[in-house]
Amino acid sequence: MSFTQHTPALVVGIPLLFAFALPLLGKIHEKIRNGLAIIGMLLTSATGLYLAYQVFATGAMAYVFGAAAPDLTIPPDSGGIPIRIIFSIDAFSAFMIVIISIVGLMSTLYSLATEKLRSGQADFFALLLLLVAGVIGMVSTGDLFNLFVFLEISSLAGAALVAYRIDKGLAVEAGLKYALISTVAGLFFLLGVAILYGQYGTLNMAVIAQNIRLSRLDIIALVLIIVPMAMKCGAVPMHMWTPDAYSRAPAAITAFLVVSSQAGMYVLFRMFFTMFNLNLNTVTFGWVVIILGVLSMFIGVTMAIPQKDVKRLMAYHAVSQSGYMLLGVGVGLATLGNKELLDACGRTAMIGGIFHIMNHALYKGLLFLTAGAVIYTTGKRYLNDLGGLGHTMKYTMIFFIIGALAIAGIPPFNGFASKFMLYESVFLFNPFIAIIAIVVSILTLASFMKVFHSMFMGPKLPQFSEAKEVPASMLTAMGVLALLVVAGGIFPDIIVRNIVEPAVNALLEQSQYIGLVMGAK
Amino acid sequence: MLANVPFIAFALIAIIGLATMIMRKNIIKIILGLGLLEGAVNLFLVALGYRQDGIAPIFTNAPSTKMVLPTVQAMALTSIVIGVATMALLLSFAVFIYKKYGTLNSDSINRLKG
Amino acid sequence: MSKIVRAAADFLYPFVMIFGFYIVLHGHLTPGGGFQGGAVIATGIALMFAAHRYREISLIFKKAIFNVCETFGLLMFITFGFAGIFFGKSFLYNWMVNIPGMLFGEAVAYGQNAGNLNTGGIIPLLNIAVGVEVLGALSLIIYYMLTYVVKMGVNKEDAS
Repeated sequence: MSFTQHTPALVVGIPLLFAFALPLLGKIHEKIRNGLAIIGMLLTSATGLYLAYQVFATGAMAYVFGAAAPDLTIPPDSGGIPIRIIFSIDAFSAFMIVIISIVGLMSTLYSLATEKLRSGQADFFALLLLLVAGVIGMVSTGDLFNLFVFLEISSLAGAALVAYRIDKGLAVEAGLKYALISTVAGLFFLLGVAILYGQYGTLNMAVIAQNIRLSRLDIIALVLIIVPMAMKCGAVPMHMWTPDAYSRAPAAITAFLVVSSQAGMYVLFRMFFTMFNLNLNTVTFGWVVIILGVLSMFIGVTMAIPQKDVKRLMAYHAVSQSGYMLLGVGVGLATLGNKELLDACGRTAMIGGIFHIMNHALYKGLLFLTAGAVIYTTGKRYLNDLGGLGHTMKYTMIFFIIGALAIAGIPPFNGFASKFMLYESVFLFNPFIAIIAIVVSILTLASFMKVFHSMFMGPKLPQFSEAKEVPASMLTAMGVLALLVVAGGIFPDIIVRNIVEPAVNALLEQSQYIGLVMGAK
Repeated sequence: MLANVPFIAFALIAIIGLATMIMRKNIIKIILGLGLLEGAVNLFLVALGYRQDGIAPIFTNAPSTKMVLPTVQAMALTSIVIGVATMALLLSFAVFIYKKYGTLNSDSINRLKG
Repeated sequence: MSKIVRAAADFLYPFVMIFGFYIVLHGHLTPGGGFQGGAVIATGIALMFAAHRYREISLIFKKAIFNVCETFGLLMFITFGFAGIFFGKSFLYNWMVNIPGMLFGEAVAYGQNAGNLNTGGIIPLLNIAVGVEVLGALSLIIYYMLTYVVKMGVNKEDAS
């Protein structure tokens, strides 16, 4: 009995097990509850990182649920069609799992301190673990309907967590918006899946990718799938839920909601590259993604500048930064049909875009956590009420500086590494868009200078004379993320070579994904 | 023509549901519109798997070999289960909104903006 | 509610329950299964909540019972899932099927037959797990929704 080949099931099973056990066992004693929460998340992260290591070291893995052997994708009596639910984890999924493992662990660690004196913690951690399980499931499954189920799990758990601390009804309002919009999006997604199933008689993404014909119905299904996913990742015309939900959720949850949005982006890219690939009119759809990206970048940052609420401001920056990822991968998609252009700029743009997913999750998580730390100590969230915290909260200030410089793309932090790749390659593709991207970066820097100045600079204010540095577990969570941000900026080549490039290749090589399930041809 | 009736019904119910969600102001009615949309999608799923003269896909007791497709039924069932959870969550939110804001009118529930 | 409603609900309650458990247990043979059966059972509980005074009925159907039901069902389900890994197969593998002498272990007969309850391996057990979970969860939802009514004082006469 070896557990190594069961990691794809364990990485979803373990958080589910702990999430189910927590509501009852966690009510016995608070030590049991905290222990269960942190052990569950630690085990999940360890399994996730080990799974990613397996995938990067030995290649993509398929896991079949309920079969006699975990790698028996096509049962001998099925007539050559995979009939069971299959997890297909290639390098791109593994890349996402790395991000989820890191940010999920840090969110849990941070929550242990922020939620310490509040009620209903057992259910809170159960929901957090459920959210982690849902997001991991979204990025690892190879089955469209299963994807819908995990999407709904993550949406519902996320909405419940956003509204968990009622906050005079404001958090509930945000949660209601998030839940309504994501449920409608989920139903559209299901409709798209149903249309695909009606045509191809299977739900497995690899089989559909092999047989895709691109009839008119397929285009309808594609649109029905990508619009909900663009909404989930907060691209601009559908971004209105992001500032509300991000600003009102507890800080640790917001840090993880960013990752949950990126899982939506994962599905978006999976649809384009793995399921449709060159069957699609890649130039048109590539430009659709580029325009979504540019709009998100620009409108996100312009909306962020006048904000007074620090978390709302950061939420708009999250919209703006997801534009960079869409831009990079959109350029990759637009050049997919043209081999020379793909090698010249498309591939680098995609590497930059995918690398930016990881960097964004790290530094945006860090920024939200520092904002949460400031709100935790002072109880104030509006910039006008804050000031002079640099005297008492030194570590938080340092972490904030690291995050703010990384988001603005200043060397030597990781945001610079990915943004520089994007500027370079997008400039070759279309100089005008590259200039917009650079301008947005400058505006981001300006906006964060304002936040930094009004939160940490200035004389010590009398109302914050009692303010102390936050507890050690919160500092640890922020410190680890800050360390990773700096490491990503100093050694980008190691990360790009070992993690990002395999992920991009996994996206570009459609046949590998098909071969994983259908067997090599 | 007759075979298309479920799909026409699906389109009608989905449009009614969407219109309810967009045009009504009361949050409970918006949530009910969502319920209609959900029912429409489930109807679409089940209608996809229908076969003329098919029987229920039960292994024992089968008088003929022609069966309707069970996968879509399982999908519709799962989607119903998810729908129950969604509905419960949304209605609880509505209760809290009513408790804190004193109204269910979506025009008055706009304290988050900017 | 009125005496007639209460008497009728008391009379119907065992039948609703038996029907619900029947649907859960026969989930692997006939249409139905864990969720549907659990929903029927929860309907029976909702019926009792609707017919009787909240104060009286909440002493009999305690919140803790439903909480235990929910957690127990979920844990049972996931344990059966993990058991597949411990037996060297994959997650949720049906490791109890077609083992004579085991509970639910008999082989399914080919051709037309009336259906044998003692088949299916872990599928009936999973159905029971889901049934218990749904029973607990849906009853909890009803319970909480009713607490809102009591707390907010809407129609105090009906609710209390």
